[in-house]
Amino acid sequence: MKVLTMGIATALTASVAAWTLAADEIEAVLQNSFVAKNQATMDRLERDAVQTACSAPRGTPLDNDMLASLRAERLATVVLPADGQYLGDWQRGAEVAGNGRGLQSSDDPTQPNGGNCYACHQLAPNEVAYGTLGPSLTGYGARGQSEAMLQYTWTKLWDTHAYNLCSHMPRFGAQGILTEQQLKDVMAYLLDPASPVNQAAE
Amino acid sequence: MKRHHLGFTLFAAWVCSVPLAAEDGVFDQYRDLMGDDNPAVFVIDEGEELWFTPQGPGSATLEACDLGLGPGVTAGAYVRFPRYFADTDAVMDLESRLVHCMTTIQGRDLEAVTAKPYSLRGDFGTEIEALVTWLAAESEGATIAPEQNHAAERAMYTLGEEIFFYRAGPHDFSCATCHEQSGMRIRLQALPDLTSHTGAAEAWGSWPAYRISQGLVRTMGWRLRDCFRQQRWPELQMGSEASIALQTYMAVNAAGGTMTAPGLKR
Repeated sequence: MKVLTMGIATALTASVAAWTLAADEIEAVLQNSFVAKNQATMDRLERDAVQTACSAPRGTPLDNDMLASLRAERLATVVLPADGQYLGDWQRGAEVAGNGRGLQSSDDPTQPNGGNCYACHQLAPNEVAYGTLGPSLTGYGARGQSEAMLQYTWTKLWDTHAYNLCSHMPRFGAQGILTEQQLKDVMAYLLDPASPVNQAAE
Repeated sequence: MKRHHLGFTLFAAWVCSVPLAAEDGVFDQYRDLMGDDNPAVFVIDEGEELWFTPQGPGSATLEACDLGLGPGVTAGAYVRFPRYFADTDAVMDLESRLVHCMTTIQGRDLEAVTAKPYSLRGDFGTEIEALVTWLAAESEGATIAPEQNHAAERAMYTLGEEIFFYRAGPHDFSCATCHEQSGMRIRLQALPDLTSHTGAAEAWGSWPAYRISQGLVRTMGWRLRDCFRQQRWPELQMGSEASIALQTYMAVNAAGGTMTAPGLKR
């Protein structure tokens, strides 16, 4: 992996930064290139097992056994709602789905985080400002509310890698982005027949 | 120094009030309507003025600054960046090269010139922003052709590619999360595929750009810093190795495209 290593003096710091192509030294480059700002602290640049496995440039051959065991490990760590109730309030869920703030250096850490679902997914058919990085979820409630469906949807929100390793989607539960109650509210926004997600466009 | 223009501020207010639904289409129409009238022209003038303004303890201009094509040569210099410079033994982007010239030729204090490279909302533009805008205009219409002859330049590309795919932070975001697919958008904002020549050429060739919603010219260095803010990462530093590596990755993918900067963006 280490193809070439040489020292270069960087004009800005006047220090000698050794740059290399070894993956285990990229973190050092990042440590020298970023500075902590408000809640965005430097430890965020350290990767866990999922992030490391999913950082391979496109086309890189990956070890299937490693990926399978990582996916199983993620599935085993999913925390289902303590009271067995999956569905909260779809109206509050709509707010979570539309809120793009939370955990940025520019965000107020005393305010609740958003889920920003609309950045990537179509949901309510009347909302035109939706992104296309993820699949459309319009009419998601038609999938029903069986225990299997509830558990599947919860798990997808909690830790997408439990089903689809290296999906682009954030791990809203596992990474503590959303609270259990917020996840329930988003569940209701997706699955409640009264939610705009499951209503025909006006 | 004049930096704001009432007419454009009114245009900005009008564009920002356009309903989101038709945003991309309407913005294209707006851009057509503006034609060559990009508010960045004022910033271009300012950048040129700054290049020829004596500053620092030696009261020197930047005319002796070598942007890679020889001291004082500005036409066509920007499209060759990032590139290796023997005098610093480093691969540099335009912003860090300018800082180098300010500290060596003009003798200015490093901390002072790097304290605030990018303006905040509501500010006037900074010196770096103005100089980069003028120098980009000095390459307008030229073919993007970053140097990849030196081993350090090729290694910088590889490092940039690795950082592009590096997933980190509470949301597990990398640059690739938003920029490795074609034809996608976030909310209504179209996302260039920076792994492809077409997407990279479109993106690299259109920065620096006048951001109408902010009333300021923004450089690629700022664009990267703001992407990382949205990625929930700490703050990317101007002229840092990661910043230069990512710019090398984009510029090389964009090679052969046309420099159209300074662009005009929402």
